[in-house]
Amino acid sequence: MIRVTADGFDAGAEANRFAASHTDVGAMVTFTGLVRSLPNDPILALILECYEELATNELAALREQAISRFGLTDAAIIHRHGRLVPGETIMMVMTLAPHRKAAFEGAQFLMDYLKTDAPFWKQEETATGARWVVTMPKDKDARSRWIG
Amino acid sequence: MKVLYFAWLRERLNRASDEVAPPAEVQTLADLVSWLRSRDEALDYAMADPSIFKLSRDARIVPWDTPLDGAQTVAILPPMTGG
Repeated sequence: MIRVTADGFDAGAEANRFAASHTDVGAMVTFTGLVRSLPNDPILALILECYEELATNELAALREQAISRFGLTDAAIIHRHGRLVPGETIMMVMTLAPHRKAAFEGAQFLMDYLKTDAPFWKQEETATGARWVVTMPKDKDARSRWIG
Repeated sequence: MKVLYFAWLRERLNRASDEVAPPAEVQTLADLVSWLRSRDEALDYAMADPSIFKLSRDARIVPWDTPLDGAQTVAILPPMTGG
């Protein structure tokens, strides 16, 4: 399941529904990304710009890749766009597999690729204005460990 | 053909898209970027380091040397920050 949406979602309800969709799995890993505002670097909101058609296509391809590479039974990605305030969910990755290793690795792989290969752009809204979030070298490093 | 711009690139250009009709010698996406930069100083300056950008053709990310091949929509994508 791939969902690119401006709407909020209930991560717990999504996880329960996904877990109930298969009975032949022993492991589910879920990761939920949240909007954070740090005390020494507070933000008012996070604005996510998105190329929706491309995002849907790329996330679907990434999901297929994760399923075949790690032998997952199923995988799901939900990613929001629009203006989100601290505490709101940004995105969620879920994997189902016969055993936990595949479920963990599949989820990690999806997260690492989402950071650099999904057409979303974050802008932080602060008391003094808005600024575009830049790609962190650590995110590129995290992705590169899956290559080769 | 439509060319889409996103995020800070869109802001730098003050527009989200262009409708263009490139000449016949523009064969690949890389050719298209060169041609667009040659006729737009703001785009040329914003893409001073082209290696950070990815390109999509008809809503799929493809390598820069991909032929245009009748593409309807090409997007120039600054470094992505999803997740």
